[in-house]
Amino acid sequence: MQVRTIQYKEIVDQVASMCQEANFELGQDVVAAFQSALKTETSATGKDILEQLILNADIAKSERVPMCQDTGVSVFIVEVGQDCHIQGGSVYDAINEGVKKGYEEGYLRHSIVDHPITREKSKGYNTPSIIHIEMIPGDELVIHMSAKGGGSENMSALKMLKPSDGLEGIKSFILDTVAKAGPNACPPLVVGVGIGGNFERCAYLAKKSLFRHIGHRSELPEIAALENELMEKINQLGIGPQGMGGNTTALDVKIEIEPCHIAALPVAVNLNCHASRHKELRI
Amino acid sequence: MTARQITNPISEETLLELKAGDRVLLSGTIYTARDAAHKRMFEALQNGEQLPFDIAGQTIYYVGPTPAKPNQVIGSAGPTTSGRMDKYTPALLDKGLKGMVGKGYRSPEVIESMKKNKAVYFAAIGGSGALIARSIKSMEVIAYADLGPEAIHKLTVQNFPAVVIIDSEGNDWYQIGKQQFQEEGPV
Ligand code: SF4
Repeated sequence: MQVRTIQYKEIVDQVASMCQEANFELGQDVVAAFQSALKTETSATGKDILEQLILNADIAKSERVPMCQDTGVSVFIVEVGQDCHIQGGSVYDAINEGVKKGYEEGYLRHSIVDHPITREKSKGYNTPSIIHIEMIPGDELVIHMSAKGGGSENMSALKMLKPSDGLEGIKSFILDTVAKAGPNACPPLVVGVGIGGNFERCAYLAKKSLFRHIGHRSELPEIAALENELMEKINQLGIGPQGMGGNTTALDVKIEIEPCHIAALPVAVNLNCHASRHKELRI
Repeated sequence: MTARQITNPISEETLLELKAGDRVLLSGTIYTARDAAHKRMFEALQNGEQLPFDIAGQTIYYVGPTPAKPNQVIGSAGPTTSGRMDKYTPALLDKGLKGMVGKGYRSPEVIESMKKNKAVYFAAIGGSGALIARSIKSMEVIAYADLGPEAIHKLTVQNFPAVVIIDSEGNDWYQIGKQQFQEEGPV
């Protein structure tokens, strides 16, 4: 069996540039979602906001400046092929070094405190990052990165429902979370939902769902139908762009499910603001 | 509806005329402060000390910009979530603060204090920091320099876009706006 070697330095450089790209250039899927919302939004203020968001994305891209001043916590899902070997250091160190370099050189904001209670600022510029590793067959290294803002993360929620709460319980928890978040999470939102697994797994599933492109539906027909239904219900809440009223509250809803214990029904709702910054890279 | 031009500091007459839902363009002088600067100002007041600048009649913008590139006045500079400042805000309103710019809900205590002190809360568009930066013409540190990006800065702005969310009578556009577009239906 052949083992492929990937150099530490290559990961550092590629991660540094992906952090900058994520913050400067909003994905085409998000821009397209703004444009289609502009056609259906009925609130004048809502339309105005969507237009400003499109203009903002244009400025960020052409001037290479961050679209939002909260350049976020860098969250990574890294798929490591079991036949690949990283030479020169650990994958964690390589990613953190890449983030530090990308953020510092790109004039992105350092938004990490080392101690959650004393609030002492971290010494590594915007690091440590949050890094999830998944092992996959093959010899590729696939890095998914998200610059996750604090405003929408703060309005996310997790609840251990009872199996008897059922589908209705799940829907009302999701709608309630979006309603409570209102303007604070910077709508229009991408709503990520994890159902099943256990306490920490459902939160991870919710986060992972946000890495899917806007418009991408679950492969499970009943889950795809639920995504569509929730999308419609969320957009009837009236919250609208920036919470100022309108029918564009969500750009998309994503749901991931997993098996769970006979006594459990864990549900996590991870909100992402319209600055849904995701990038992917294969080495 | 076109946006109304407002000069900062805002005259008392204009303040009273502003209504929840009004679109405005702010020009003139405003000050930045977020979590750390608010905590310090609050503690100064509790200790009977002076505030580092006279906030009477002034407007504070809740912002923590990205570092400016060499050719820029300021980096991206959109609003941060105002609710984190709620605990400290009534004390500042009692000292004469008249305007706040941020994003998101305010607490009932802040709204009550705004009614009592006749102040206005504006929201800027969260996540449009690259666009907002264009309306910021100058920036200067005036207090708490050791806080770095969280220091209090004096900004000169021109046509800074915002919406009146809570007016001096306590009307809240987040509630009114939402109700207008809420569709009945089983939730
Ligand atoms: S919630 Fe998102 S768009 Fe809003 S300020 Fe934070 S990162 Fe920016």
